Amino acid sequence: MTTTPQAARRASPRKRRPVTPTAPDPTVGLLPQNDPVRLLDPDGTLLPARADYPEPSVEALREMYRRMVVGRRFDAQATALTKQGRLAVYPSSRGQEACQVGGVLALRYDDWVFPTYRESMALTARGIDPVEVLTLLRGDWHCGYDPARQRTAPQCTPLATQCVHAAGLAYGESYQGRDTVALVYIGDGATSEGDFHEGVNFAAVFKAPVVYFVQNNRYAISVPLSRQTAAPSLAHKGVGYGVPSEQVDGNDPMAVLAVLTRAVAHARAGKGPFLVEAHTYRMEAHTNADDATRYRDADEVEAWRDRDPVARLETYLRGRDVLDDAAVAEIAEQAETYAARLRERMNGQPTVDPLSLFDHVYAEPTAQLVEQREQVRAELAAAAEGDA
Amino acid sequence: MATTMATALNAALADAMLADERVLVFGEDVGQLGGVFRITDGLQARFGDKRCFDTPLAEAGIVGFAVGLAMSGLRPVVEMQFDAFAYPAFEQIASHVAKLRNRTRGALSVPMVIRVPYAGGIGGVEHHCDSSEAYYAHTPGLKVVTPSTVDDAYSLLREAIDDPDPVVFMEPKKLYFAGAETVLPARTEPFGRAVVRRPGRDATLVAYGPAVPVALDAAEAARDEGWDLEVVDVRTIVPFDDATVAASVRRTGRCVVVQEAQGFAGVGAEIAARVQERCFHALHAPVLRVCGLDIPYPAPMLEHTHLPSVDRVLDAVARLQWDDQPDRRWLTEGSAA
Repeated sequence: MTTTPQAARRASPRKRRPVTPTAPDPTVGLLPQNDPVRLLDPDGTLLPARADYPEPSVEALREMYRRMVVGRRFDAQATALTKQGRLAVYPSSRGQEACQVGGVLALRYDDWVFPTYRESMALTARGIDPVEVLTLLRGDWHCGYDPARQRTAPQCTPLATQCVHAAGLAYGESYQGRDTVALVYIGDGATSEGDFHEGVNFAAVFKAPVVYFVQNNRYAISVPLSRQTAAPSLAHKGVGYGVPSEQVDGNDPMAVLAVLTRAVAHARAGKGPFLVEAHTYRMEAHTNADDATRYRDADEVEAWRDRDPVARLETYLRGRDVLDDAAVAEIAEQAETYAARLRERMNGQPTVDPLSLFDHVYAEPTAQLVEQREQVRAELAAAAEGDA
Repeated sequence: MATTMATALNAALADAMLADERVLVFGEDVGQLGGVFRITDGLQARFGDKRCFDTPLAEAGIVGFAVGLAMSGLRPVVEMQFDAFAYPAFEQIASHVAKLRNRTRGALSVPMVIRVPYAGGIGGVEHHCDSSEAYYAHTPGLKVVTPSTVDDAYSLLREAIDDPDPVVFMEPKKLYFAGAETVLPARTEPFGRAVVRRPGRDATLVAYGPAVPVALDAAEAARDEGWDLEVVDVRTIVPFDDATVAASVRRTGRCVVVQEAQGFAGVGAEIAARVQERCFHALHAPVLRVCGLDIPYPAPMLEHTHLPSVDRVLDAVARLQWDDQPDRRWLTEGSAA
């Protein structure tokens, strides 16, 4: 009797393969959620509560609102100062107020911030004197504030280079028994730089308490995000380093504060770095010297205007009865006073001493610098004599 | 028993770690392996893997990490495995390490030592033999130091680690295993001081790092030709000791600068210019340079054509217008003789 193979298989039922235990998914806890975390709708409506990101206190949110309003007014004033020739240039962060202020509010006073040149608003929100913040852009020196006292690195112009400094500083702090956290502000373009990779990787390998906070504002000057990466999101890059990450609606102040608060707590608990990508939008051009109409259309900008973070938070806080017309007016008044005071202080021409050029190249000037200083001193004296 | 430069550098690191617990030594392969040249040999075993440790293989990361550590009050000493492998770190060095003190008017300083095994003469394949000192010397804010003796290797490295400014510490690879009778810890002249290694009356050879032994050999050989040559070892390119170099040239009236690096726009060009600015009326001949050729560092079988040799130095000395005649090499046809 002959049997076909099919018949033979039917005759002897297939044996089940032995069950091999599947390896646990190594990416668990590392990948960001597919949708950016959002707690407030763009119209200010509170979304259903979620266990992973509890709502920050209304007191914290009210203070966040206050600093965002003052920050926005500061930003407008700084742009105006460029038109008056008081600042060489100003990179605005209007539209990014939730990120600017949220990053600072999530930190303790003794934590460190590693900002870029676009973080003037964040630094003033941290309480640094706005004139000192704008020193770099006014041009009387490079860094106007004392980074050690303010626990804030100089505003970093070479993109992403501060990512590695933060890893070293945070590791050094924990090595010396302090629970300081470092928060790095960077933009979407900077994630293409090698130092972003090296910084996050070093922080991960050494378990340094760093929060890498990417403000993805869609453009690196004119180049859109699609030219920076083919990754599903910038937050997805974290898994490549073994770093947990999250995406957040960067124009939702409540979500930004909630996500950063959790990221900072993660770092402070000794669990290593955390990567946060905030989806936001730069409402102004790259700087006052840039023309954004050459690379993005008005419809796109208008669509983001509807997602304004300040209005969103204001609507919510009014609904919670912690903000009324009088309080809004009072905060607006604070902002006006802040701007007026800044305008006044920026009116004078700062005095700069050419001889100070030699003071801090080294702890002690070299013989060659002493020689050059004497030459400049003689030139100045001769010029003064000529003027007299 | 002779002590090698490698041993002296290792002892300097160990003694610095012992003297100051803020000193951390890190880089690629410096931990268990002790470095590819064994300069950090035994440090991890002795001081633990928190004081001496390996990092990811990323030079910008290593130097940038050191910037942050220095900001937190520690004293990082990093190793770049080879001269040319330090180039990825150049942005960190030029934009941050060198400038942080100045940018912040002294509020932040980043004292650190970046050790760079450099230069050739060891038969290394490409990217392992560059003389990269000019890049650092051209960057204000950095100190650039290069020992040529065993005692200096120890003393200058200790001083570099204690220095309040960042120091690029350039170690001539071909001298690592040259020995000298010495007792460590040795202390020699401080930063900013050049040293007369050999006194002489007829001409001054100015050299640094790997070129110093070449200059000394040339001076020895020159005796047979009737020249008594002085050899000055620069030791610290930045800060540069104009006084010692100029005093020597004023005494001798003639000067040849010897460096292993390619000559164009190099440290030797700077030295020659400084000597002429200061010693013009004492000079009996133009200041000459003996340098590597202006080519990318050659493959091992051709490196001896590239490197300054005793013969090349003696040829230059011979051109120092001893008979008060102009150097014919520079005269073109038709010009006055």
